[in-house]
Amino acid sequence: MKSDENDQSSVVWFLTGMRGLFSLPAFILMLSFVGFCSLTAQAGIPPQQVVFMTGMVWALPAKVILVSSMMSGASLAAAFLAVSLSSVRLMPMVAALIPELRTSRTPTWLLLFLSHFVAITAWVFAMEKVQAVPRDKRVAFFAGFGITLVVANMVLVAIVYHFVANFPPIVAGCLFFLTPIYFLASIWHSARHPVVYIALLFGLLAGPLFYWLAPEFDILLAGVGGGTLAWAVERLRRRRREIGA
Amino acid sequence: MTWHDGWWAYAFIAIAGWLATDIWRWLGVIAGNRLRDDSEALNWVRAVATALVAAVIAKLILYPTGVLEQSPLWLRLGAVAIGAAAFFLLGRKPAIGIATTIATLAAGLWWLGF
Repeated sequence: MKSDENDQSSVVWFLTGMRGLFSLPAFILMLSFVGFCSLTAQAGIPPQQVVFMTGMVWALPAKVILVSSMMSGASLAAAFLAVSLSSVRLMPMVAALIPELRTSRTPTWLLLFLSHFVAITAWVFAMEKVQAVPRDKRVAFFAGFGITLVVANMVLVAIVYHFVANFPPIVAGCLFFLTPIYFLASIWHSARHPVVYIALLFGLLAGPLFYWLAPEFDILLAGVGGGTLAWAVERLRRRRREIGA
Repeated sequence: MTWHDGWWAYAFIAIAGWLATDIWRWLGVIAGNRLRDDSEALNWVRAVATALVAAVIAKLILYPTGVLEQSPLWLRLGAVAIGAAAFFLLGRKPAIGIATTIATLAAGLWWLGF
């Protein structure tokens, strides 16, 4: 009886997660996917492959790199390496999210399955919203949001692909710019730890710096270097305050 | 064989796309399972994850592809600065910051004859 009630409320939280499809982040991501559609259409990649890619890869930056590798005729090994390097960031993102989602009884296989639905948008959304969800319902909530978002974008890509070829340049430019601006605003808005503000600023500066120093590994170096520095600065500030108090 | 030959395209996407991304997600689950949610190690992971995403943001703004590649840098940075000012002055609502930035960019592109 008790466990029945519990299952029922998991379904309710799954549905609450699904409703996240009608939120600003999901809307902006879908606009970004419209932009991605116009990129793949110009590259001449057939729509079935674009839908397949959307479901299988999911992370938008990784897909952009995959498409550019395919267009330049890169070998499988070279494409694998380029996409892998661009996706290393998924590891700390997932590692930061998992302690927020799981309880001591959450099976690891379930977390492995759900990790597929993590990309920047779902990560930012989950890190922000999950605080208001009871801990034992967070996995259901994230599953509802993550799975719905992937499926909705696969459908979107299948439909929109045929219409994007001739967008006016201003529209195409604004669609492209939505993604970074949305990430910026929502990370600042959803930060609950002081270290996030510092890491955001350091990452913004370290990105171009390492692009200039070592363009092949820029994102990785900016993340580890800028992030570690941000962590050290914030820790020092915390220590000072503890001593001062 | 090239990527557009039927089944090979799907195999290519599965290996170079799906496997190359999900490996990192799985490693993230394994690492995240060992982190306590109030530990100093998690604080560091959080900082690195945020800085990585921030570096992607900076790259998209400074080195865009497509139409924006031809747009001047001052317009893109100016749009972000005006959007940030609106965000901080008007109650820190993401929608306000995003709408202001995009409106500024659109006006600038139009004015420059895009």
